[in-house]
Amino acid sequence: MSPLLAIYIVVSVMAVAGGLGTVLARNVVYASLFLLLSLLSVAGIYVLLFSPFLALVQVLIYGGAIIIVVLFALMLTRQGDETGSLDSPQKPLAAVAGLAALGVLIATIVVNKWPPSVDPEPVGFEKLGATLFTQWAVPFEIASVLLLVALIGAIVIARPEDSQ
Amino acid sequence: MTWADVGWLVLSVGLFLGFISFVVLFLTYAERKFIGRIQQRLGPMRTGPFGLLQPVADAIKLLSKEDLVPGRADRFLFWIAPLIVFVPAIVIWVSIPFTRDIVIENLELGIFFVLAVMGLSIAGILMAGWSSFNKYAMLGAVRAAAQLISYELPLLVAVLGVVMIAGSLDLQVIVAEQNTVWYIVLQPVAFLLFFTAGLAEVGRTPFDIPMAESELIGGPFVEYSGMHWSMFFMAEYANTFAIAVLTTLLFLGGWRGPAPATGWGQDVMMAFWFLTKASAVILVIFWIRATIPRLRIDQLMSLAWKVLLPLAFANLVMTAFYLFYGWPDWSIVLLSLGLLMATVYGYYVRRRSRLPRPVTVKLRVRQGRIVG
Repeated sequence: MSPLLAIYIVVSVMAVAGGLGTVLARNVVYASLFLLLSLLSVAGIYVLLFSPFLALVQVLIYGGAIIIVVLFALMLTRQGDETGSLDSPQKPLAAVAGLAALGVLIATIVVNKWPPSVDPEPVGFEKLGATLFTQWAVPFEIASVLLLVALIGAIVIARPEDSQ
Repeated sequence: MTWADVGWLVLSVGLFLGFISFVVLFLTYAERKFIGRIQQRLGPMRTGPFGLLQPVADAIKLLSKEDLVPGRADRFLFWIAPLIVFVPAIVIWVSIPFTRDIVIENLELGIFFVLAVMGLSIAGILMAGWSSFNKYAMLGAVRAAAQLISYELPLLVAVLGVVMIAGSLDLQVIVAEQNTVWYIVLQPVAFLLFFTAGLAEVGRTPFDIPMAESELIGGPFVEYSGMHWSMFFMAEYANTFAIAVLTTLLFLGGWRGPAPATGWGQDVMMAFWFLTKASAVILVIFWIRATIPRLRIDQLMSLAWKVLLPLAFANLVMTAFYLFYGWPDWSIVLLSLGLLMATVYGYYVRRRSRLPRPVTVKLRVRQGRIVG
């Protein structure tokens, strides 16, 4: 067994275990830390797939994002030791959404004609940047405007009622 | 990649771990001596000649100390949190070059790798704070999280200016590109931003609000002792050293300096210049600790969001214009200095407008008595 395969197996098991832990953990802080584990393992898979830039972006963005999630968990649940039921009435809806996403992913894997295995070569981040800002500039801008709108929406909701 | 490569990687990381531990031990001694000098004291003197064995004595004390776990702590997270802080602090050294040839694995994404991995340690600090079941630890951890998230932005955007001029994220290339002029000249704003935000990232004074011995009695690490505490301590000093080294590499020309053109003399001189510059930056960090008092949390936040981040963006736009239109080098130096002066002026105007107006009292004196 080559080291890369060994690393791949370890990383994949960690990613799946982290995902399961996120859903099954009774404690909010544990759940968010499991999510961090899962996301970092996915970054490891990106490294194995020769896209180190994507892996580092994953680490940087989700590392920070998880910290925010933990902070919210702590602020909303009294030190995060909420052990009561976390279920919401929307559970069936969530199940439907999850199964639909799973179906789409499986369909993509089955339907797609995958190219025969090739020696992967790393994509230089310069090429990535050039493509992102020329060929894919419009989707990129749309995504950023969408994020901005979401941000402003959050601020409007969170603003205290009495301030004009 | 074969198993032999893996073995070599483990071995070299082990060697670097030893080196970093040595540096950390020495840094604690250097800090106490240096701050002692500033405060007209001698610093450690009793253990060994000039107190040179003091760090060794401290290490033995820490290793033999009892490792306490609070009764209501979350044992697993409490146990693993120091590792989560310690591992990123060591892993970043994989891609930091010491001279042109001494580096474990030079990465094309070098500086990005270092900054991305460095940010992970905050997860460990939050875990430590939450699992300790102590309100001071909790407050410290929340402060640390807010601080690190805020200062990461100006840090990254400041580095972006340097990266744009060098045209690479590779630390070797960034140093090689500084053969005519150091980037501290072309990017003075980025230098100040990086240094300030870097201090905040590693939680050095004046940004040690999460630890804040005098109000939070040590912040997230309050319940830790012995081995586990020393891991936090080592991570902090390793990160301080990393900030000094990165400042050297990004802005002070790395290992560049007068050196023979070939042979082993070149390598020795490169290492000499590199360590000299890094030590100078470290001494400035210690000097700041001895001089500037700790900021308040609101001052900390407004500094990051209202001063550093806009400055970083201004620097970014300025650098982009400079590169795109091929402006001469002196223009960006002048622009940077103008930006800094405008910032300082704005600070004074704001400060004066906030001070209470001086009250003038006119006294009328008639026949030796005050009448109004």
